[in-house]
Amino acid sequence: MLLRHTPEGIAEREALTIQPAKTCQPIGAMYAALGIHRCLPHSHGSQGCCAYHRSALTRHYKEPVMAGTSSFTEGSAVFGGQGNLLDAIQNIFSIYDPDVIAVHTTCLSETIGDDVNQIMVKAREEKKIPEGRFVIKASTPSYVGSHVIGFSNMVKGIVEGFAAPGGARGGFVNVIPGFVEPSDMAEIKRIARLMGVTALVFPDTSGVLDTPQTGSYEMYPAGGAPVSALLGMGGGASTIALGPIASGPGARLLDTRCKVPCEILPLPIGIRATDALVNALRARGGNVPDELAFERGQAVDIITDMQQYFFGKKAALIGDPDHLVSLTGFLTDLGMLVRHVITGTPGKKFVTRIKEAAQTDDVNVREMSDYFYLHQLVKSEPVDLLFGNSYAKYMSRDEDIPLVRMGFPIYDRIGHQYFPIVGYRGAMRLLERMLDAILSRQDRDAPEERFELVM
Amino acid sequence: MEQTVDSKLMTDLTNKYPSKVARKRGKQVVVNNVGDQGLVPPIQANVRTIPGIITMRGCSYAGCKGVVLGPTRDILQITHGPIGCGFYSWLTRRNQTRPPTPESPNYMPYAMSTDLQEENIIFGGEKKLKKAVEEAITLFHPRAIGIFSTCPVGLIGDDVHAVAREMEEKYPDVNIFAFSCEGYKGVSQSAGHHIANNKVFTEVVGTGDMKKDGKLRVNLLGEYNIGGDAFEIERIFEACGVTLHATFSGNSSYEEFASCHNADLNVVMCHRSINYMAEMMDKKYGIPWFKVNFIGANATSKSMRKIVQYFGDQEAAAKTEAFIEAETAEVKKVLDAIRPRTEGKTAMLFVGGSRAHHYQELFHELGMKTVAAGYEFAHRDDYEGRKVLPTVKVDADSRNIEELTVSPDPARYSPRKSAEEIMTLNDKDFRMGDYEGMMPEMEQGTLVIDDLNHHEMDVLLRRCKPDVFCAGIKEKYVVQKYGIPLKQLHSYDYSGPYAGYRGAVNFYREIDRMVNSKVWSLVAPPWREEPQLRGAYVAG
Repeated sequence: MLLRHTPEGIAEREALTIQPAKTCQPIGAMYAALGIHRCLPHSHGSQGCCAYHRSALTRHYKEPVMAGTSSFTEGSAVFGGQGNLLDAIQNIFSIYDPDVIAVHTTCLSETIGDDVNQIMVKAREEKKIPEGRFVIKASTPSYVGSHVIGFSNMVKGIVEGFAAPGGARGGFVNVIPGFVEPSDMAEIKRIARLMGVTALVFPDTSGVLDTPQTGSYEMYPAGGAPVSALLGMGGGASTIALGPIASGPGARLLDTRCKVPCEILPLPIGIRATDALVNALRARGGNVPDELAFERGQAVDIITDMQQYFFGKKAALIGDPDHLVSLTGFLTDLGMLVRHVITGTPGKKFVTRIKEAAQTDDVNVREMSDYFYLHQLVKSEPVDLLFGNSYAKYMSRDEDIPLVRMGFPIYDRIGHQYFPIVGYRGAMRLLERMLDAILSRQDRDAPEERFELVM
Repeated sequence: MEQTVDSKLMTDLTNKYPSKVARKRGKQVVVNNVGDQGLVPPIQANVRTIPGIITMRGCSYAGCKGVVLGPTRDILQITHGPIGCGFYSWLTRRNQTRPPTPESPNYMPYAMSTDLQEENIIFGGEKKLKKAVEEAITLFHPRAIGIFSTCPVGLIGDDVHAVAREMEEKYPDVNIFAFSCEGYKGVSQSAGHHIANNKVFTEVVGTGDMKKDGKLRVNLLGEYNIGGDAFEIERIFEACGVTLHATFSGNSSYEEFASCHNADLNVVMCHRSINYMAEMMDKKYGIPWFKVNFIGANATSKSMRKIVQYFGDQEAAAKTEAFIEAETAEVKKVLDAIRPRTEGKTAMLFVGGSRAHHYQELFHELGMKTVAAGYEFAHRDDYEGRKVLPTVKVDADSRNIEELTVSPDPARYSPRKSAEEIMTLNDKDFRMGDYEGMMPEMEQGTLVIDDLNHHEMDVLLRRCKPDVFCAGIKEKYVVQKYGIPLKQLHSYDYSGPYAGYRGAVNFYREIDRMVNSKVWSLVAPPWREEPQLRGAYVAG
């Protein structure tokens, strides 16, 4: 057994996290910053943070992931990292020529109390930031929240850095897509486009972390939300935030600063959650074209055709809160029984949200928990299907439960970069993958006389 | 690329830099020139990376927890800090291990962390760490626990060593020790290697007394069993009649570490990460060491011959010769088929603290030329050889890493070879306790760059277009977007082993695939080659 030491019974722990279901804020901030066109994320801390985040994102996307680091030494840890950051800003603009440097902090720079705002002011005073270029920042202490909160904080940093009040209102809608894949961001843009709504989607990693092989490397690929557009976000008619945890705070900040009203929706995973997005776009002047209605119909058709294979199947879910709430709702719509739902991200509301989505209190939910705990739950009450990131494959193999990979990180498969799980088409992809897992298992386990050709 | 490095290339590498950066980087870029007695030009190494530079390097924690201790299966490891560090070092280095039985302890698939929260940063994390250790003991009953400090731990003043001592008093059956490997220590992973060596040496080595059977008892230092390399080396040792007592640290056990002073020779693979241990064991127990290399079939044969000759054991020598003959015959068959396709092609290697040297052997066997190489976190001795050690400047960053004073163990110090015997061995080119470094073995005029960064890599790729580039995951897809294959020499691209004879064969096949792959011919679409197609409109 891979996880031979995981006991059957549940042993409660107070201090030891085992097999985490989250990672730290800075990687979320780095990911969000990559969703700005010609932006170089910068990690203000030790080199290792930046190396780990770049490695993790690269393993997940199989794409170049560029970022700078303040390369703290023991001296900077003691005396402060101002000098390092000032040098870094100057060197980055000279050598790598980005339009934007998006600085995020680390547990190191937060613990010593580096004032990044003040350092940015100094950098500007010392003319280390060329005319027309930007340095934005997010405070992302690793000892608070999780990677999802880091994403959320960099979204706030983007709002802080670019949004200006005043100017003509309207003409477009801001959409904050949540900590989702480039494919999902592209799909959200497509839906808005199909409906005739002009949307400024930010961050937008499509065209950045799903780039083509052309025989030439571009440090700043064509994708990402352009600075010129971001500078106008304060003039948006409204903001749609997808996912209250990852996108809500940024949308609210934009409301506070520039009076752009916001609506916070669940991530559009599944039919109903996508309906909510489509309705929100309808309320902002969008029309549902035949093409989109057709896709919805197709997705529902798969569900009605194959309903028998989903009905009553038990599922265990582990991942990020916004994803899990929508996924729980979707699986419940399919007639599946969502039994265990675990996130590593802290947040008390998670428990009520999941119970609402599952339409029952009879579900094991925990925030700020880990894979080890989920594994114990699964040992005491086995399930038919497991949803999680690549780390779930260890439990999946030991317990012989099929796994649908979802969330971050996925190190061992491709697809998430290119094919969405949001929207109606995303629902179709999820359905296909779930059915593949369920039916392959049925095929594998069926007695010879009950091995079915037609399913 | 021809071997001579033109001056234009040297300028291109640094001309985009602000002058301060250019001056510093200039000292870390050297054109190789091997003079008398292997003297090479000095290269600046093991110095700070300039802030803002996109570097390959990681941190001290990564070197300590990830590299040296990571491959151990039965030392339960707790990362003390916020969640990230423990998460990123969770199974990502591909250290393989084979517990002897299905019940034997193996904690490698479990990442454990104290997941420090804001209140712990404010009020201190010691209490949480103690509790975490207790919970780990209750759940897993480990023989040993290692605690690894992350950046904030040192700053908030948690005394991880006091916690370890206190917990060990409470649980005397468990050896509990802590590593002050905060990420800001030193200038790269290298500091973490040193910190790991020190603690394992003082807290583990010499605490056990297991003895393994056999006349030729050897420890293998600096082999981390990535992709199964250690398994292949174990196979070779066994076939040659050599007893492998402990490997630091691939496929190893705590018990083997604890009793490794019972071996009679230390052989060193990765000089950078483990030379401290070799030196300290020599001083304390009288176990000499020499450098070996199991990357490359010829290097493997050379290393095995050296090991059996050290012991002067005729039976083992005969066994080894017979084994080498059989294995190299197999290797040759594959190489003869592949080499015509790889001959004359070029490689660049920028990785690690030893691998950029070791893997040149394999490329040499393939008839490929290493035109540029460098390390990510090595020191001058890894480039120029240990002979430069007396002249290496110790700067503030290195001084912060403890250098242990080791003296002979009153009871257990027993020199395995007398000073005369060592001299005799050195006369036979044994280079006892020495490493000649990478540069003396590289050709004249090749380029050596320390701590290569993204910009310089970009210049090298555009200007020199090597047939294969070797580095790590962060570099992989940059290089490949240029249409140049990148071989990861940290993770082996999830394949391997590459050590020993079977590993060499794997590597030959892999490089053959990479440099001769047809997939790159798909990159240019037909409309790029032929912008206009002739044809007629259907509805003319």
